[in-house]
Amino acid sequence: MQAAVVVFPGSNRDRDAVRALTLVMGRAPHTVWHHATELPKADLIVLPGGFSHGDYLRCGAMAAHSPVMREVRAAAERGVPILGVCNGFQILVEAHLLPGALLRNAALKFSCKRVTLKVETSNSPFLRRYNAGEQIVIPSAHGEGNYFAAPDVVKQLEDDDRVAFRYAHSHNGSVKDIAGILSANRRVLGMMPHPEDAIEELTGGTDGKRLFESIVEAVAQ
Amino acid sequence: MKARIFVTLKDGVLDPQGKAIGHALTGLGFAGVGDVRQGKLIEIDLPGAKDETSVRTQLEEMCRKLLANPVIEDFKVELASQIQSS
Repeated sequence: MQAAVVVFPGSNRDRDAVRALTLVMGRAPHTVWHHATELPKADLIVLPGGFSHGDYLRCGAMAAHSPVMREVRAAAERGVPILGVCNGFQILVEAHLLPGALLRNAALKFSCKRVTLKVETSNSPFLRRYNAGEQIVIPSAHGEGNYFAAPDVVKQLEDDDRVAFRYAHSHNGSVKDIAGILSANRRVLGMMPHPEDAIEELTGGTDGKRLFESIVEAVAQ
Repeated sequence: MKARIFVTLKDGVLDPQGKAIGHALTGLGFAGVGDVRQGKLIEIDLPGAKDETSVRTQLEEMCRKLLANPVIEDFKVELASQIQSS
């Protein structure tokens, strides 16, 4: 299995993503600079967390138009699994690969803490090692994670079982406590909390590791 | 030609920053402050541009593609002639 982590100017969780993928895949993923007009052959693309382009204009707005995103979009259309975490999620919604938008946290504060998430579905290559309804603990760190979408869009997400995670306790003002969502083909996952930072007991738990194990297992089949 | 683009949150989208500004104004003793909404003003210079209609079309395209997020924001384009008269 090959994976690629896209690095934007201002990304800062790219190395965390590389570390998690290396641990689970047994080999290091490619890292790809945002100016790239070609992606290496990859079975998984990760858009990491951080503050791409200094969050100018809107979080993820500039990165969504980076040259590399044309390739990411083409890969998404071919069904390549794509994971966007935190700023990566913001980039995915700005690129219209996922619906909705991420607004300033309702309390106007950057929130950095471990959060309890409820897994809403296991029906995705990213989620097959979780059970729908189970609760997991994942670190979260963001100032703009307040998920918003028009009521009809939220209803569609719920009707199609495309809400991946909800905060177990109201966290940042997100509509219906949504913490992560899936694309229509269930192969693009965007989420605010950081599964790549929950891969070892030493650093606070392994609930995020199963997400990477899920996708590795799914790709292997 | 100079243009001003106003980007504002759509009605129904929560604006916690606007709310905080409203609270601060009330705290400063300004009476009668109701709803406060915060937006963005973007000024763009288009040297050499003459035709207002095509400039407006171009600016609206910029708004849809980058300057505003249509999921949460509305935009309004003002051209130099309107700016001077206002």
